[in-house]
Amino acid sequence: MSEHRSDNSAYALAWRLPMILWQGLFFIGPLIFMIAMSFFLVKNYRMEPALQVGNWTKTLSRGFFWDSYFLTLWLAGLAVIITTCVAFPASCFLAFRVSDLARRWAIFFLIIPFFTSYLVRIFAWQVILAQQGVINAGFSLFGIGPYTMLNTKFGTMIGYLTLCLPLAVILQTFSLANIDKRLVEAAHNLGCGRLRTIFTVVVPLAKTGLIVAAVFCFILSFGDFVAPYYLGGSKPPTLSIMIIDTSKSGQQWPRAAVVAIMMIVTMLVVALTAIGYAYRKRR
Amino acid sequence: MKKLLNVSRRDALKAGAAAVLAMPFVSRAWAQAVEINMLAWYGHGEPDMVGAFEAANNVKFKPKYYAGGDNMLALIAQSPPGTYDIILSDAEFVQQLNVAGLIEEMNAADYPFDDMIYDDFKQFPGHWKDGKLYSMMVRCGHLGVSYNTTAISEEEAKSYKCYWKPEIKGKVGHFDWHLPSLGQMSLLNGNGAKLWDVDEAGWGKIKETTMSLRPQVGGYFDYGGTFNGLKNGEMMAMAGIGDWITGVLEKDGAPVKSVVPVEGGIQWTESYSIGKGTAKADIVKKFIQYMLSPEGQAVSAQMAAYPGFAITNGGRKALNETNPKEAQRTGQMDGAPNDPVTLIKEGRIHYRDIPKQQTLEDWNDFWQEYKNA
Repeated sequence: MSEHRSDNSAYALAWRLPMILWQGLFFIGPLIFMIAMSFFLVKNYRMEPALQVGNWTKTLSRGFFWDSYFLTLWLAGLAVIITTCVAFPASCFLAFRVSDLARRWAIFFLIIPFFTSYLVRIFAWQVILAQQGVINAGFSLFGIGPYTMLNTKFGTMIGYLTLCLPLAVILQTFSLANIDKRLVEAAHNLGCGRLRTIFTVVVPLAKTGLIVAAVFCFILSFGDFVAPYYLGGSKPPTLSIMIIDTSKSGQQWPRAAVVAIMMIVTMLVVALTAIGYAYRKRR
Repeated sequence: MKKLLNVSRRDALKAGAAAVLAMPFVSRAWAQAVEINMLAWYGHGEPDMVGAFEAANNVKFKPKYYAGGDNMLALIAQSPPGTYDIILSDAEFVQQLNVAGLIEEMNAADYPFDDMIYDDFKQFPGHWKDGKLYSMMVRCGHLGVSYNTTAISEEEAKSYKCYWKPEIKGKVGHFDWHLPSLGQMSLLNGNGAKLWDVDEAGWGKIKETTMSLRPQVGGYFDYGGTFNGLKNGEMMAMAGIGDWITGVLEKDGAPVKSVVPVEGGIQWTESYSIGKGTAKADIVKKFIQYMLSPEGQAVSAQMAAYPGFAITNGGRKALNETNPKEAQRTGQMDGAPNDPVTLIKEGRIHYRDIPKQQTLEDWNDFWQEYKNA
């Protein structure tokens, strides 16, 4: 019996090894290097290995770093709230109201945006949101506007939704579709209203999927550079823009590494807390 | 016509076989082309600039583009020595390339110094060290007030103060590089020729002036964003740029323009250097000679990505012959009121430089603070 178990574990390990190696080489390795780099020195635009905390103290002691940090946190949090609220009714509709065939088609159409580069989609939004763009042209027909939408936080949010919304709908739909519909019917039979059914039956049962969708949305928005730069006009800059600014000017990769580590730590804390909550058993 | 289209199967097979047999020769011809690695601002390695030279010399340029001198130094620092055969640098950064030992000495006799349009260009700061030449100036342009003519009048554009015009609140953009924008603020503060050489008090005032512009600012843009911002009317004025951006849009019919204001303008200057340790120094030298020839200068002045001024008499003459309209638009005609050389002689233009009493890091730190304000 124990021989069989040992064979089995060797077999399992053989399959797991590529994944472990991949993560080690391309995630853990660079991560360790980035942490080490945050203690390096820059002299004449060249990095020199060193062990000094100057990059950390200098970056974390500046007001503009924390302004940028909380702004990024706020924008990503807002993107999660808006995405979740917009995606949920659509996901409910796809999960409960349409046939399997229609749902498959809808999922296919939700995947289609990913066929095009995100950057291209963002540039398309520039044309739509511009002062002389499509939306303002529409407003002008009613004698209103033009409104400034590009190079604002509104523009940034549109970019985040472009990135996250299709993914959130897909994840939420899968999660909701797996709910045992008899439970929903039972709730109705026992006199539970529509809204109450959603909040006391549907949401708790789909909690894991809903939270995973929200976590994805947070991670994608928190680290996104394209939307705040090209639709938000880099005004004010988010942490990802700060990384670009810091690294391109003066070769300050070590300080950019500090910003990146702060971002990774934040994302890990948010993701682990959310996942912990998602899988927490009811008492 | 019918006969032409009536190709037999045998003919098609013959043509196909010929094409297949010719393939090795085609690929061999490509393989023989010498590859030249170029580090430059966007557009310098594009066909309109290097196409004729590539065809005539069987070489192929492989460009790596950057935006801003700091960015260029960072890219070089990340690459092993000898990565780049030719480096196009902003003139103010040549000195740092030289100090870091990244560029080869050049032979002054190889280049047309006698034909330079202005004496200063023969001994451009930082290009020579101990009587030895390290970089060859190839083109330049002027930065000033770049504006949308529907929002700012010609009279208003005569001063950087127009950036503060209440009607364009939220519509002033910045090219996202601290040096030209802060240089313009220094000029507005009346620092004139000493715009890069300011003491702590002067630096404090530059920061103050810049911060007061913050409520007007609508965004910070890279090269593409700067174009789009002005073209789609999102930005009505753009600090830190000049005709190198508006010139392209103007030719496209956009109502934008650049002028040198009364406080003075800044000259950007681009120079070619030969990368240290390159095995292709001879062909690189030939390319730099081509770019300084009348033909190369005319091509450079009309560069599709962003126009510049010819810096040799031969180049200016060639531009006037091949595209008099562009020569007139940019003032590159003897006697034109906006002749770039006249502007320099009048003391209205100052060569872009790096800060003398602060470090680039100081300026960059403030720039980040400004963007986050």
